[in-house]
Amino acid sequence: MAEIEGTPLFTGSARGRLLVLDEPISFWGGVDHSNGTITDFRHPQHGETVTDRILAMPSGRGSSSSSSVFAELIRKGVAPNGVILGESDEILVLGAIVGELLYKRICPFLLVTPTDYAGLATGAMISIDNDRLLVERSG
Amino acid sequence: MLAGDEGPAASVAMEIVLHSARMTGATALLDISNAHIDGCLYHGMASIEFAELLSAGGGTVRVPTTLNVSSLDLLHPDLYRGDDQTRSEARRLMDVYVDLGCEPTWTCAPYQLPSRPGFGEHIAWAESNAVVFANSVLGARTGRYGDFFDIAAAITGRVPAAGLHLDENRAGTTVVDVGRLPPTLLETDAFYPVLGHLLGKNVSGIPALVGIPPSVTEDRLKAVGAAAASSGDLAMFHVVAVTPEAPTLESALGGRGSRKELLVTAEMVTTARKELSTTGDDSLGAVSLGTPHYSATELRRLVDILDGRRISDRIDCFVSTSRDTLGEIEADRLDIHLSDAGIELVVDTCTYVTPILRDVDGAVMTDSAKWAYYAPGNLGVDVVFGSVEDCVESAVAGEIRRDEGIWRYG
Repeated sequence: MAEIEGTPLFTGSARGRLLVLDEPISFWGGVDHSNGTITDFRHPQHGETVTDRILAMPSGRGSSSSSSVFAELIRKGVAPNGVILGESDEILVLGAIVGELLYKRICPFLLVTPTDYAGLATGAMISIDNDRLLVERSG
Repeated sequence: MLAGDEGPAASVAMEIVLHSARMTGATALLDISNAHIDGCLYHGMASIEFAELLSAGGGTVRVPTTLNVSSLDLLHPDLYRGDDQTRSEARRLMDVYVDLGCEPTWTCAPYQLPSRPGFGEHIAWAESNAVVFANSVLGARTGRYGDFFDIAAAITGRVPAAGLHLDENRAGTTVVDVGRLPPTLLETDAFYPVLGHLLGKNVSGIPALVGIPPSVTEDRLKAVGAAAASSGDLAMFHVVAVTPEAPTLESALGGRGSRKELLVTAEMVTTARKELSTTGDDSLGAVSLGTPHYSATELRRLVDILDGRRISDRIDCFVSTSRDTLGEIEADRLDIHLSDAGIELVVDTCTYVTPILRDVDGAVMTDSAKWAYYAPGNLGVDVVFGSVEDCVESAVAGEIRRDEGIWRYG
């Protein structure tokens, strides 16, 4: 069991199976807000779902509408349980802030160092607890 | 404001601005002079519920605030081919933002409006292409803001003193040299969206471009930014000897020098251009121009290229622009020329964010790298990127025609 410290961008607790994105994704135009499926056909994880996962993204990308799409995922209950970022991204975090404001559901965001980010692997069971990550078992 | 003495909406808005300040490590807020809102495009009920929360809480913008594209063309309502429920919800969202005091401009190119901000102004703009244009070409200062933050900044009149609002974060970080490419290519409109796509893919941070001819137009710089903010997360670029913060390479780099360099080769241009098409077939279903919204200059050029010809009856051809620009060209009857040619003008929205295209048999051709990037995912269509001349020739012929000559060199 490994513990990693990070910087909380939106504080909270979450648990789920890790999905590490090989490339950043624009949630607008890249994720279907009705079911959480990755629809960007250029993306390596095309066809995967973000729902109920702990999603790890190297950084945000593209459209400023991604906040709205993220809030809509939260409203529909198909958002990730939590998000780990390698680089800070205000646009996505805003979606989580508004999701909590409107629907009282918390999707925490944690920023980790590039070294810690590089150690993350899809499939691991992960917990986010405010400023720390707990890798319960690897995939 | 946070305590609620200016109403619940101002309090929520300030909470959002302060959360952003904490995230960015800002210790102060700056007054802004202008805002541009992207949140008026409908993405489901969360969009409406947030805006109505602000409206019910007495929210009103305290700086001049323009609105981005919506999901509907209010001047040509028959173009919308989606379901009635989405239509009415999209309209409800538009009305709430107007009620909050925003101007019903409905354009992704607010920098083409007469009221655009000037050099050095702190502003809060959302819509990725508008952000790049404001920072790079106008020399105004905005972060890469998104939905929700945009209206929070407009209601509070404040943004965190962070990121691109500060001198030290506006220096170029990578020197991008296009000077080895053939001069004829650098004088071709269609090169610029391809360059932008390539920058978004290959450069993070702020590129400082060298080798771009000083005659480069705002429309070409608009194409660079729109493409780069689609394929990447670019928020600003410099063009040495062109953009306002880059009279020299040294000034573009903030006097600090740069460690990264990218030499743009012909092969890189070829690769980037190929990435913007999803098919090699000649079968053409429709043509879509005007992403970002065409300027009056671009519309005039389109009329010139058409030269009185009519497009094929088998092809739908749409060109998106703002209602403001439409008003401008109506004075010269250009709108009549375009409709006589069989081209449909779209305002207030864009053909890749809402259902306007009919079911097409064949690829959709566009001169926009941004449209080429997003439309295949959004609309499930094949796309072929070409110059505006290619798009017109194809629309007239009813099949895809691409002039390879402009790309063939050395």
